[in-house]
Amino acid sequence: MIPLWLYLLVSAALFSIGTFGVLARRNGVAVLMGVELMLNAVNINLIAFWRYMSPTEVNGVAFAAFVIVIAAAEAAVGLAIIISVYRSRHSVVPEEADMLKG
Amino acid sequence: MIDTIVNFFAGVFAGDKSLMLWSIPLWPLLSFAAISGLTLILWLVRQITGTPENMIPASDHRYADHNHPGDYGDMPVPYQPYWFRITAMVIGVVSILITLYFAWTLVFGALDEFGAGTFGLADSAAAHGEEVAEDEHAETEAGHGEEAGHAAEPCAPCIYGNEVTWLALGNADDSANGFVEGEDSSHEIGVFLDPLNATLLFMVPLAILCIFLYSVGYMWHDARQAKFFALISLFSAGMLTLVVADNLMMLFVGWEVMGLCSYSLIGFWYEKKSAYNAAIKAFTVTRVADVVMLLGIVYLWSLAGTLNFRDILYNPEVLQAIGSTPAIFLGGWGFSAAGLIGTFLVIGTIGKSAQFPLHVWLPDAMEGPTPVSAMIHAAAMVSAGIYAIIRMYPLFVGMSNPHASTPTFSEPLMLMAIVGAFTALFAATMGVAQRDVKAVLAYSTISQLGFMMAALGVGAYVAATFHLITHAFFKALLFMASGSVIHAMEHGDHHVHEHGHGHDVPDEHGAHGHAEHFDPQDMFNMGGLMNKIPVTFWTFLAGGLSLAGFPLLTAGFWSKDEILAESWYGFNSHGSFLHLFVFVMLAIAAFLTAFYTMRQISLTFLGKPRTEQAEHATLGGQYSIVSIFMQLPLLILTPFALFAGFVGVPADFEILWIPIGRLFASIGGFFHHFVIYALPFMENGGYEVFHVDAPPYNPVPVGTSIIVGLLGLGIGYLMYGRKPLEAGQPDPLIKILGEPIYTTLQKRYYMDDLYNLILVRPSQAIARFVIAVLDKGIIDSILHGIAYVFTVTGDFIKVMNAWLIDGVGDGIPKGIFAFGGFMRRTQNGRIQAYLLIVLAAVLIIGIIFAISAGAVLAS
Repeated sequence: MIPLWLYLLVSAALFSIGTFGVLARRNGVAVLMGVELMLNAVNINLIAFWRYMSPTEVNGVAFAAFVIVIAAAEAAVGLAIIISVYRSRHSVVPEEADMLKG
Repeated sequence: MIDTIVNFFAGVFAGDKSLMLWSIPLWPLLSFAAISGLTLILWLVRQITGTPENMIPASDHRYADHNHPGDYGDMPVPYQPYWFRITAMVIGVVSILITLYFAWTLVFGALDEFGAGTFGLADSAAAHGEEVAEDEHAETEAGHGEEAGHAAEPCAPCIYGNEVTWLALGNADDSANGFVEGEDSSHEIGVFLDPLNATLLFMVPLAILCIFLYSVGYMWHDARQAKFFALISLFSAGMLTLVVADNLMMLFVGWEVMGLCSYSLIGFWYEKKSAYNAAIKAFTVTRVADVVMLLGIVYLWSLAGTLNFRDILYNPEVLQAIGSTPAIFLGGWGFSAAGLIGTFLVIGTIGKSAQFPLHVWLPDAMEGPTPVSAMIHAAAMVSAGIYAIIRMYPLFVGMSNPHASTPTFSEPLMLMAIVGAFTALFAATMGVAQRDVKAVLAYSTISQLGFMMAALGVGAYVAATFHLITHAFFKALLFMASGSVIHAMEHGDHHVHEHGHGHDVPDEHGAHGHAEHFDPQDMFNMGGLMNKIPVTFWTFLAGGLSLAGFPLLTAGFWSKDEILAESWYGFNSHGSFLHLFVFVMLAIAAFLTAFYTMRQISLTFLGKPRTEQAEHATLGGQYSIVSIFMQLPLLILTPFALFAGFVGVPADFEILWIPIGRLFASIGGFFHHFVIYALPFMENGGYEVFHVDAPPYNPVPVGTSIIVGLLGLGIGYLMYGRKPLEAGQPDPLIKILGEPIYTTLQKRYYMDDLYNLILVRPSQAIARFVIAVLDKGIIDSILHGIAYVFTVTGDFIKVMNAWLIDGVGDGIPKGIFAFGGFMRRTQNGRIQAYLLIVLAAVLIIGIIFAISAGAVLAS
């Protein structure tokens, strides 16, 4: 059986890639994709810990299902925001949408 | 409060005698308040609505009367519309009419009730006690409940009286100063009516009414009637307060109110320098005397514990106590307390009644409008001084007795006799050489007041009262008549100016040739006015003859004769040389009086007009308002000036063996018997000094008064009347007396200059010294020093403020601002920057968690 730490390693790698995407990409859609990666890294963690620690219960699975739902909703809202920002400013670069700058 | 007022007036109109007495000074006071209040309201309304002309310069054409040249033309003076001035005049006249009605109701009611002969001294004092008690009762019911009514005391001569507590002094345990141990003291004010002030209540309102009516005419063309009538109403209120007062305190209040009013009325035309100088002079001179008088009042109060006339004068114990106590100072020279108090009060009267050496203000008081002169000289001011002495007479007499077989005189009596007799003659000599028609009358007033003072000094109490009354009538008449003369002359002057040939007639402006300013009061500019203003002439003649003592007919003769008779009686029966001194001085003064009166009448009315102004003198049409109002009071007063003396004709009077006294048998000696009862009779205290009967008939004083009167008039007529002066002709008196004496007399013995030199100049020098050294030198230095200290302190505090307070105060917001600026930079609106921060925070939290978790695991 594949040891737990390999799963965690994959998950950490995926989370780091996602974080990099969120922080470094100029495209809003790519940022959202980074977020999706981070969420899925978390999902891997959840499922891996569930499978190795308490496989008889449904808690890890249920959390993963919630995260997938939230990710879907977040993607929908995020894309909607990006579209409306694009409509008004003809740009999908988050740095340029700085109207809340103090 | 309102109940009290309503009940008071209800009581007055319902005929409550004591309330009526209170109301007598109230009416003119209300008139003063009403006119002043309306003036204020009018002023405010005009100020708010922006109507101009509340104040206009004195040189405005509405004031620009060429007869009152203003030295300060740009001085603002009040100005009111025509309708308002008429209202003020109506208010004033009506208030005096009401006063006259109530005063005469009281006087005649009292006469009816008690009868002429025993006025006030009825058969039983108990009846009076009841009367007073009833009044008190009614008064208490009428709403004065909170003011404790004075317990009825047996005071024989008092007819109606009423007292209220004015000032409760509490239980002052100070028997040394006249308080009764263990008893509450209080100061009461009250009013009362006795024969003495009844005579004044007969005379004063009548004279005042005449003066008010006359003022309507005299002030018709002046734009300041409202002010005039307000002040003259207050003046009347002061005099009437003084007359009805039953204590020295209230008397003094009225006295001072008159002082104030005389000041403002003498200086009524204050844009004239001479007028306000005269006002200040009158005020200052009378003030000197009033301070002394106040000392006397205070001393009396400290000894007697009361100032009530009844409590002092009708209480033999108090009188004897005061009369035998050595005075607080000068006691070693034999002054008793009564003597000292009396002397102080006499000095007050010397100021008020213009006796030597404080007479100097009265001639200058001519600067006021003529009705004011009449007011001061006849109805009010100077009479008040004499009245105060007559009122307090038993105190003045002290323990002496001028009527005893070896007459003794207390210090105040001697002072009065000497000062009075001297002033009578002194002023008469000055009156002889005056050119100003009003100045002659002013000196005659001083002289006649001297008669009264002298009479009081030798114990002729009734004679002085008699002369006070008759003098008031004929002097009011003379003043108003002379005012008519002046008014007519001003008219003439106006006429001359209008027709444009006033100044091209050479040498027509009187003997000293005043080229530019015509003096309408100079008698040498007059002459021949008899036909121009006949009513004024005949009334002036009546008043003048009365003043001169024209025998048998005129009031002045009878009263002057009584004074002479009393003083002759004292010498003849008791060999008193003070009486003789008074008799001789007064006889000479009476001669001079007759002489200058005839001189005045001749110069003014007889002969031909000496100037063009006199040629055109007129009161402005026979039936003009001015003419009517200026002559009506003269006609009212003339009968009094002529016939008022008949009430005092002694029953045993005869001349050349014709018993004239019997003609007046029904009223013979009425006045004497009437007034004498105002004095207390204290036989048990050995204090009976006042004889009830007039001195018996003696041909010497009668002959003297007839001879001096006729002689004076005759010589006056010979010198001035038989051959009237031509224009520019000098006074024939100069030849007789010689230039230096004449000038000395005309210049009032240089007394004004003397006072100027020894009093006014030094005061001014002291004032200048005080300004230079004390004020500018010392006081200003102190002030500057204090100011310097404060400036330095202030500077220090200012630095501290900038450095410390501002540092702290400004530092806090600056810090907050800088912090905000820093925080502002974090809010850059870049979502990824925020996320980076979030990531950093998560990492930090993670590291801390890991360390602490590690620590937990390690343990």
